[in-house]
Amino acid sequence: MSAPARPVRHFEMPGTFAGRLHARRYLLARRLVQALVLVAFFGTAHWGWKVAGQPLLAGNLSAAKFAGAVPLADPFAVLQVLFTRHALAGEALLGAAIVLAVYFLLGGRVFCAWVCPMNAVTDAARWVRLRLAVRDVFAIPPGVRYAVLGLALVLSAVAGVAAFEWVSPIAMLHREIVYGAGLGLTSLAGVFLFDAFVLRHGWCGHLCPLGAFWAVVGRGAQVRVAFDDASCTRCGDCLKACPEPRVLHFNEAARAGMVASGECTNCAACVAVCPESSLRLALRAAIPTPPTPTSAPAATGTPTEGTTP
Amino acid sequence: MGQGGERRKFLAHAVQGVAAAACGGVAWNALLVQQVHAVPFALRPPGALAERDFAAACVKCGACVVACPYGTLRLAPAATGIPLGTPHFVAREEPCRLCPDIPCAKACPTGALDREMKDINASRMGLAVIDAENCLSWNGLRCEVCYRVCPLSGKAITIDPHPRKLSKHAVFVPVVHSEACTGCGLCERACPTAVASVRIVQPSLVQGHVGEHFRMSWKPEAAPVEASPEPPPSAPKPAPAPPGKPGNAPGLDYFNSGSPP
Repeated sequence: MSAPARPVRHFEMPGTFAGRLHARRYLLARRLVQALVLVAFFGTAHWGWKVAGQPLLAGNLSAAKFAGAVPLADPFAVLQVLFTRHALAGEALLGAAIVLAVYFLLGGRVFCAWVCPMNAVTDAARWVRLRLAVRDVFAIPPGVRYAVLGLALVLSAVAGVAAFEWVSPIAMLHREIVYGAGLGLTSLAGVFLFDAFVLRHGWCGHLCPLGAFWAVVGRGAQVRVAFDDASCTRCGDCLKACPEPRVLHFNEAARAGMVASGECTNCAACVAVCPESSLRLALRAAIPTPPTPTSAPAATGTPTEGTTP
Repeated sequence: MGQGGERRKFLAHAVQGVAAAACGGVAWNALLVQQVHAVPFALRPPGALAERDFAAACVKCGACVVACPYGTLRLAPAATGIPLGTPHFVAREEPCRLCPDIPCAKACPTGALDREMKDINASRMGLAVIDAENCLSWNGLRCEVCYRVCPLSGKAITIDPHPRKLSKHAVFVPVVHSEACTGCGLCERACPTAVASVRIVQPSLVQGHVGEHFRMSWKPEAAPVEASPEPPPSAPKPAPAPPGKPGNAPGLDYFNSGSPP
């Protein structure tokens, strides 16, 4: 109906090293954070790293203690234990509350993109998949993960143990790295092969109940990808880069001024490839509310409104 | 027709969804049940809850592993028969040193280990069981290594002299007493036979229970105080209360006193 005002440019990887580094800045930052978390756990477990005389980060992603003082716990794991009707010690509950509060502010699925050790595996699978142009073996709706989430809680009550914690490939991989305790390579290979050759973004985007849990938490996230509708040319490069493409809905983003879905992982892959810099990470409070498109008439001077298919 | 078709389609989708969830749930549950009901071979850290409660409460974070100053504890690797990722120790490789401040239990964030435990000697990680066929002491050598390394020697392990059949020398045999044994595993670690002849196992796998039926009244501490509160002479009824010495436990009768009534 309405053509973009300006010619559509596409993202091009810069030729210079510094340019490439800049284009991959979020990817590098994510890998750095992921590695730092792993190294902090590993160093505390194996090399006795301390801070102020106390273990730096003792435990793992299921539960941990920072500096011997701040308890941390995976709220989803704690929720499952609660469903087994086991009375938890207060430290686990406090730790879960702290972690929940942090991710509630940062965005629930920030865990997925910035902390989860499986992220590098699924990113690698995605890279292989693009290279080899693999097609999906079958299709399942991305909402299946919410069913898996519900099932995990039901089975925790039925079987009397935290159902997902006992089969989680993420926990297995993480424990293998931190403690050398088993099935890490199996779970890594399983998730990689599934993502690379069976279903695109199959684990994180379709099955993982932990991601689903964080997606529910992340609806109120205070850090979001802001969207500037006026400069967007709808080139679609962000859609190609996004690991959860259905969160990038131009009309919805234009209405809210940001990517509001809880399923957005704040990985900023879209930010890095946007040739018009229409996307950026920002605090929710600092994101300007766009001129209300529903109440105000469409003709406010911006020709970019209303690019509906 | 259109609305009926829509409704049929919706119902079919709903049934499909429920069926898929049920299929996955049954398989998932089977996997869990298999692990949860595994034979409890694992030696757990001190203060661990009973195995089923432990399985429910432990999130496999490894805080106890990090807290253990001796590197005794580890998270279970795959294919050991021990639920994956749960903390345990192998006594022959690295036994529990019974730290008096119990750092492992204190580190547990969930309460799978009793964080309030005060006395490490009250822990029951397992029970030492002696294979008398292969024990050097039981075979007549003066080994007694298990007795000497036992942190509660004289209580958890005693050395009892037994007369020997062939010569006048006694045999000094180690005997484990379950009421004091913590299952720390120091004896299993120290046992000099090629394969340890004293092993730590979960008490539930080896320990019997006498029950209420049998009375061993010659064991004074085990006997109930008194069956009948009345004084003995005024008891003509055919009660099981023995007409022997007053204050006797039930089970003691004229066979013990030597004089029939």
